[in-house]
Amino acid sequence: MPDIKVTPLGAGQDVGRSCILVSVGGKNIMLDCGMHMGYNDDRRFPDFSYITQNGRLTDFLDCVIISHFHLDHCGALPYMSEMVGYDGPIYMTHPTKAICPILLEDFRKITVDKKGETNFFTSQMIKDCMKKVVPLNLHQTVQVDDELEIKAYYAGHVLGAAMVLIKVGSESVVYTGDYNMTPDRHLGAAWIDKCRPDILISESTYATTIRDSKRCRERDFLKKVHETIERGGKVLIPVFALGRAQELCILLETFWYRMNLKAPIYFSTGLTEKANHYYKLFITWTNQKIRKTFVQRNMFEFKHIKAFDRSYADNPGPMVVFATPGMLHAGQSLQIFKKWAGNEKNMVIMPGYCVQGTVGHKILNGQKKLEMEGRATLEVKLQVEYMSFSAHADAKGIMQLIRMAEPRNMLLVHGEAKKMEFLKDKIEQEFSISCYMPANGETTTVTTNPSVPVDISLNLLKREMALGGPLPDPKKPRTMHGTLIMKDSSLRLVSPEQALKELGLSEHQLRFTCRVHLQDPHSDSDTLSRIYSHLKSVLKGYAVQHLPDGTVMVESIVLKVSSSGEDPNLKVILLSWSYQVNENKVFLFILLLFIYFEVKGQVKSPTRHEAIPTLTLI
Amino acid sequence: MKLYCLSGHPTLPCNVLKFKSTTIMLDCGLDTTSALYFLPLPLVHSSRLSKLPGWASKDGTVNLEKELKECAGRVFVDSQPEFCLPERELLDLSTVDVILISNYHCMMALPYITEHTGFSGTVYATEPTFQIGRLLMEELVTFMERVPKAQSATCWKNKEIQRMLPGPLKDAVDVWSWKRCYSMQEVNSALSKVQLVGYSQKVELFGAVQVTPLSSGYSLGSSNWIIQSHYEKVSYVSGSSLLTTHPQPMDQSSLKNSDVLILTGLTQIPTANPDGMLGEFCSNLAMTIRAGGNVLVPCYSSGVIYDLLECLYQFMDSANLGTTPFYFISPVANSSLEFSQIFAEWLCQNKQSKVYLPEPPFPHAELIQTNKLKHYPSIHGEFSSEFRQPCVVFTGHPSLRFGDVVHFMELWGKSSLNTIIFTEPDFSYLDALAPYQPLAMKCVYCPIDTRLNFHQVSKLLKEVQPLHVVCPEQYTQPPPAQSHRSDLMLELQPPPMAYRRCSVLGLPFRRRYERIQLQPELAKALVPSEIKPGISVATVSAVLQSKDNKHVLQPVPKPTPVPPSKKRKRLMEEVPELLSPKPLLSGSIPLDAFLASLHKSGITEVKVEETADGHILHLQAEDALIQLEEDATHIVCDNNEPLRTALRDLVLRFLQKL
Repeated sequence: MPDIKVTPLGAGQDVGRSCILVSVGGKNIMLDCGMHMGYNDDRRFPDFSYITQNGRLTDFLDCVIISHFHLDHCGALPYMSEMVGYDGPIYMTHPTKAICPILLEDFRKITVDKKGETNFFTSQMIKDCMKKVVPLNLHQTVQVDDELEIKAYYAGHVLGAAMVLIKVGSESVVYTGDYNMTPDRHLGAAWIDKCRPDILISESTYATTIRDSKRCRERDFLKKVHETIERGGKVLIPVFALGRAQELCILLETFWYRMNLKAPIYFSTGLTEKANHYYKLFITWTNQKIRKTFVQRNMFEFKHIKAFDRSYADNPGPMVVFATPGMLHAGQSLQIFKKWAGNEKNMVIMPGYCVQGTVGHKILNGQKKLEMEGRATLEVKLQVEYMSFSAHADAKGIMQLIRMAEPRNMLLVHGEAKKMEFLKDKIEQEFSISCYMPANGETTTVTTNPSVPVDISLNLLKREMALGGPLPDPKKPRTMHGTLIMKDSSLRLVSPEQALKELGLSEHQLRFTCRVHLQDPHSDSDTLSRIYSHLKSVLKGYAVQHLPDGTVMVESIVLKVSSSGEDPNLKVILLSWSYQVNENKVFLFILLLFIYFEVKGQVKSPTRHEAIPTLTLI
Repeated sequence: MKLYCLSGHPTLPCNVLKFKSTTIMLDCGLDTTSALYFLPLPLVHSSRLSKLPGWASKDGTVNLEKELKECAGRVFVDSQPEFCLPERELLDLSTVDVILISNYHCMMALPYITEHTGFSGTVYATEPTFQIGRLLMEELVTFMERVPKAQSATCWKNKEIQRMLPGPLKDAVDVWSWKRCYSMQEVNSALSKVQLVGYSQKVELFGAVQVTPLSSGYSLGSSNWIIQSHYEKVSYVSGSSLLTTHPQPMDQSSLKNSDVLILTGLTQIPTANPDGMLGEFCSNLAMTIRAGGNVLVPCYSSGVIYDLLECLYQFMDSANLGTTPFYFISPVANSSLEFSQIFAEWLCQNKQSKVYLPEPPFPHAELIQTNKLKHYPSIHGEFSSEFRQPCVVFTGHPSLRFGDVVHFMELWGKSSLNTIIFTEPDFSYLDALAPYQPLAMKCVYCPIDTRLNFHQVSKLLKEVQPLHVVCPEQYTQPPPAQSHRSDLMLELQPPPMAYRRCSVLGLPFRRRYERIQLQPELAKALVPSEIKPGISVATVSAVLQSKDNKHVLQPVPKPTPVPPSKKRKRLMEEVPELLSPKPLLSGSIPLDAFLASLHKSGITEVKVEETADGHILHLQAEDALIQLEEDATHIVCDNNEPLRTALRDLVLRFLQKL
């Protein structure tokens, strides 16, 4: 029995270092290859030794697919391909292919140049790794090899994020990556067709949350920013350079314009302008509204938002700063946070999810004293606000996607175990499908039951469909009969007659003959004519023929009359039929004859079972 | 399978393919060459055009002074230009299920097909094709509606009258089916029926047919289409190019193994080499500018213009003409330039990689930034105050009958310093210029048509080896003007099936198989037996389920046990299993083995009699006969049902069932 195996190396009952191995139809696929933000040691990357203890991964993987450019989905890619070793194809969408190397380089710089770590991937490795990337277009069916095909769907979440359908023969798996079922200010909503995969592997970051309307959250956000600015405070918004940042920029830009506010908005260095440029060039990946109006006004050209310089952090007066990274675990956002944390007038707004171990996660849990490097403690006096702007599907969205794709099984990753448990129950209840949530290194096996594709001869199919009538009656299914010819790898279903012909076999005729004795005073030919006219009148809907050679045919049952020499009144009726004739018909037919000729003896009710003893009476 | 050919224009095709249960329209090109019979539509009043004399026949019997005007010996219709539509009588257009568009030039007749015909299907096109197609339609509508013409000339179309008109008007065909331009509302309604697709996307039509667009290398988003079922494959090749210009290269390998390949959209100027033409274009342009003249380039708002701008971007500085301004004037100039930059996925490798930097893929962004290229919606407004001479103007429409180009013809036509350079291959330049004669301005004809030439196409066909090729009749003979050039036609074995407008071709296809799925339970229950080495057969008895053109075989349901109380009633309805037809038999029965098995089942008194064809077995105790022959067995026994059944089963043991 064929089955599909799924093993998360990362993101199993956890958020971070997404890396899921799928084995389907003899093909091995790695979905995402991310790093964990919460760790600085070996646990940062997925444990690739699970795949093989020694040597390169190329022989064990048919392809690698990256769903989007967030580091927890692609951060381990150069390590995997260049340091562990993988030379096969890596698939990702065009925007991901464009942006991913920039974030990887950024990540490398922070780790190697600032923290001084060694044994890390180099810039050259990022470049070499990107050379193995094959770009994917939405809805394009990419044939990885003769049997394995993949297809990308729009996932919202961030620019270029994609869900993928992986198909081998009639078995299929969908991996969602991170997705968003509600359109936001710059991206559209995820969409997939009713592809009925054997397994749907979905993220479940917000498995237990049902978020209020986006509009309310936006209003809340603006209100909080506005209040802080009014009282002269500074607002820090830690973000990742691409994604939420652009959405919030659009939001603040329009608010500043409408309210005619003067306080400066800064966006931390470098990436900003470049990032916005990517949005301009990949405008086809944004939402409908932005795409429609981009010729007149490009939403990613901001008037109020300026580039940030490190020295600005000490400037007096209110300001809003977007700084990277988004979980306050390193870099500029952490530096600014340290500077501003001591003042209760200031505010930090966390617009996205923070993984365990990061400063962001700690302050969101209400920690007021933070241990920093070198034993120093940092007192957190500024206001901490959390606003879920991260574009993940919430519980409602996940259910909506299940309804769209109609999977046979569900598998949850990229979420916390407890929350998954809750959602798992809900899914199993509502859709009556199995739902799995393997931990890292744990394999889930799903048995599939694929149907067997066969080539049916058009003649046979058409004949059968014509007989079945335009609307088949479900209560009276018709049985179709054919011969399956198996030769090499081809399976062909043809009519038995055609099969005989094709195989060069001749048919073996099997016939039965039965004699029935009757008393009838007429001549042989008269008896025959009487039988003929009687059957003709009784058997409506049957083909009854009187042939010139002195036989009567009812369908393919042949009937002859002769009389014995001794008693001219005793007629012998010869009935002959082939094996293929339905025997019930023969019995029915013989019975009719008996009734007609009022045979000696008792004729019981005409049922099939009793027809046999009746015959033996004579 | 049939092909209905609704257009006779080889590069603006419109064919309808009936395949399995689907009706698929392949492109709907609009033949705008009919506009050449009309007078130009000037944007500002032209005293020259308004003073042209009316036309009356020499003998004075026909006087159409109001409708027809004479210019330099040619007669033109003074009315809003009309276009030649695809044939609409050959087949009921409301039965068309889908329309597949190959490139934006081949969709200009879409509103005529989808509106007011009862069409209720879907149109499939790639995103660039859709967006740029919309721009070109918008432009066409604006050109027409900007200068409304009250008069609609119809008298000249009268058959009796048309016969008496001078050529070429006399020879125009099907003039009654010509139509004026559609409205923006109709364009919007037509485009609302478009569904976007990506290259190599497999689109299922009613479960019966799968269609897939492939990159054709001709323009942004241009595609060839594969129309296939599990067993048959039709390739539709339209407007393809093997040259390296801006679009993604042509996907050739996916066209392999086609049963039928429909070939349209080859180059219209097979004798001109696009690279050579580009060189000539640049040198003529430089010569004119150096002499202080202006250059007019009538062109479409998308397509080759991107390549021309890129070429000039490199050329102008090296030719020391860096300060010469370029103007691109069209109601959709800005949109066209902007859109060209956002379709990275659809561009050639070279341009794609620019986006990763991130930089705009086309250098015209830089031309605009440095003010070398300026674009305006029309000659009115800003343009009139900002424009400097000498300059290069790109503007439409290439027919020279409408659009801003008409104004520049009137403005610059009188000076021999100026040059008009024709780059679009769709119109004969002499015909295009006819209503402007006499003309002092220089005319240069450098048609750039990047579509496949005959040499390339025969190489391609050798490569992909379709069983049959269908093409417009024009491709089966050399062009009329070069009748000796047998290299300018398709020579194939077997010869291509040629079509013309209104042809209906029966395509040489024999469908023999269809895909059916055996449910796993059914497949598991099959008992294969090997008939010959390597060939096994199994008898399949199953229930056929056909839904949405998908066929599934299910196991026969087990008859439900009959409740005893309803016995009588139930017995009348026969259980489906009992209705199942019996298999055919094959093989022969070995006498000795058969006798042995008879013996085993207790039939011992058997008398064997040899006959010409086999044996007759007399079962004496049972009073029955079995006649055994090579290919037949006959069991004769009277009114003994259990015996007959037993004998039957014995016989069957020796035979193969199919």
